[in-house]
Amino acid sequence: MSEMIDPFIKALDQVEQTGPAWLDALRKQGAQDYRTLALPHVKLEQWKYTNLKDLRGAEIAAADAALLDALPATLPDLDAYRLVLVNGRFDADLSDLGGLSDKALVKGLEQALEDGDIETLGGGFEDAALVSLSDALLRDGAFIRIKRGHMLDKPIHLVILSVGSDKLTASHPRIVIDMQDGASATVIETHMGANDSAVVSLPVSEVTVAEKARLGHYKQQLDNAQSYHLAHSAVTVAEGATYDSFVLQLGGKLARCDVRCLIDGAHADVRVNGAYHAGNGQHVDNTSFIDHAAPDAKSAENFRGVLDGDGRGVFQGKILVRQIAQGTDGQQMNRALLLSEKAEIDSKPELEIYADDVKCSHGATAGDMDEDQLFYLMARGIDADTARKLLIQAFLFDVLNEIDYAPAREIFHDAIAAKLGEIA
Amino acid sequence: MSLLEIKDLQATVGEKQILKGLNLTLRPGEVHAIMGPNGAGKSTLGYSLAGRDGYEVTGGSVTFDGKDLLEMDPSERANEGLFLAFQYPVEIPGVAGTTFLKHALNAKRRHHGEEELDGLEFVKFLRGKAKELGMNDEMLKRPVNVGFSGGEKKRNETLQMSVLEPKLAVLDETDSGLDIDALRVVADGVNRLRSPDRAILVITHYQRLLDYLVPDFVHVLADGKIVKSGDKSLALELEEKGYAEFVSAA
Repeated sequence: MSEMIDPFIKALDQVEQTGPAWLDALRKQGAQDYRTLALPHVKLEQWKYTNLKDLRGAEIAAADAALLDALPATLPDLDAYRLVLVNGRFDADLSDLGGLSDKALVKGLEQALEDGDIETLGGGFEDAALVSLSDALLRDGAFIRIKRGHMLDKPIHLVILSVGSDKLTASHPRIVIDMQDGASATVIETHMGANDSAVVSLPVSEVTVAEKARLGHYKQQLDNAQSYHLAHSAVTVAEGATYDSFVLQLGGKLARCDVRCLIDGAHADVRVNGAYHAGNGQHVDNTSFIDHAAPDAKSAENFRGVLDGDGRGVFQGKILVRQIAQGTDGQQMNRALLLSEKAEIDSKPELEIYADDVKCSHGATAGDMDEDQLFYLMARGIDADTARKLLIQAFLFDVLNEIDYAPAREIFHDAIAAKLGEIA
Repeated sequence: MSLLEIKDLQATVGEKQILKGLNLTLRPGEVHAIMGPNGAGKSTLGYSLAGRDGYEVTGGSVTFDGKDLLEMDPSERANEGLFLAFQYPVEIPGVAGTTFLKHALNAKRRHHGEEELDGLEFVKFLRGKAKELGMNDEMLKRPVNVGFSGGEKKRNETLQMSVLEPKLAVLDETDSGLDIDALRVVADGVNRLRSPDRAILVITHYQRLLDYLVPDFVHVLADGKIVKSGDKSLALELEEKGYAEFVSAA
């Protein structure tokens, strides 16, 4: 054979056949589509800056269900309902879902399928090979449904753990969040490795925020520096609904979060914000697509990144304003701080507008530290090294203010400080 | 002994020579005002003393409390007791005011071999200082100078000064952009810092600040040099006559 074998093809031989008929159909379709699409390569516009070549020839096994005695010590302690996935499988022992109202369904996805809570899955992505792969291998994950008009009393902490082995293993957690009309909740996701082995984590999220519902959705990606994190998230936001989201990416050898957000109702308010830091040997990609398909909605994207050593960042952000979407307000900004000669940022903002009454802007900056700020700190006695550290962290801390939910701001603040080093 | 001794100071910004042999001596306890027309080199003097990049000292010497000031980097100068109150205080998003000041104060304490203050001790100490300047907790928690009005920024500079207790405070056009109430608050704050072992150098274009912050000596800076010195009456004279005499002489 002239071509290298696709690392995921083998896994398609073991497609599950449990569950309802529609699910089988989805898996079969997924397998078929993945065989056609195959692992994304850099000739695809969407993957121009993020090269999966290291995975191409790799031998990747499906991750086994793993037993963990305890949660990682570095996991933030939150007053929250906790749903834990280990290698994509729901872990009832590590989860803590006591005291939930009957208006909130929070459980493993496999259980939800068994309970008949779900009638359909999939959709929201076109030509996304890794989503097709996830469809083919769909088995378990997290399921959250907040029923009509219910306001959840505590946030939900989704803890998505990977346990690697001596082989490179892949897991495919599916995360389903269904906010019914007028419901309100906050979901914090923490993705991390439970050990130092390399893994491939391929989470796919399907989020619906129905009329006048509200979801605060904050994700921190803290996978270990050997691992691959390739996440897809499809979000549909209905009329008058609010989706306040943030993605903090600090981990991974190669990490990409691809968020596609369909604004399906007027006066929706969508915020897709994020922060990232890539040090030596790290590649971090934030790709987003905001589809304004309804009038008078608002979307805001504000990203900040710090690239150090030979770290590389990618920002691809597309805003589509359809003809029907008059009165759209769409703002997008990516600001990157480059700390070394070898660091790199590729920013690709894209605006496609078919309506005439819109307020849209996009921008990208890449630069060095602000000399005025540096001098100001030094003029107050703070040495150059400390001043630099303070400013680098501050650059990222600042964008955390976009997060509506204060405890999430604090957790992300601590995660940044933990990676970049506490300042004495 | 003098606290600050500037001898024949020459400095360039870019290719341009701005300070052309400036001499000035301050003793502890004294308040000096430097007045002068725009472009005379007032801000360059402040920045050269604080050690800002791009303000290159090409000749002369500056001795601060017996040490060669020009040998030190900006943070060392600050830790030795030099404080420059900025004409345009810099906004630092993402750094809370309290965090900033705690780093600054503890840097100075370390420099002098003193024990650092922990978070709680520091907040107590800071609250007391802030109250004197009518600044509340909310202002201290906000990122440094972000969203502050002109008056609030200058008040914040004064707060920093009172926390760091410098030996020499250099006030660069501190009155610019202030209304009369803010001017009084800031001047009161500075006056509280007057002490027999501290000197203050007020750099200003106008006399108005000097009504509240009465100087012992007034100097006229024109074309990079001190061209005239006197007591506080010189400031009033300048207010009346303007700088025309010195500008044409230059």
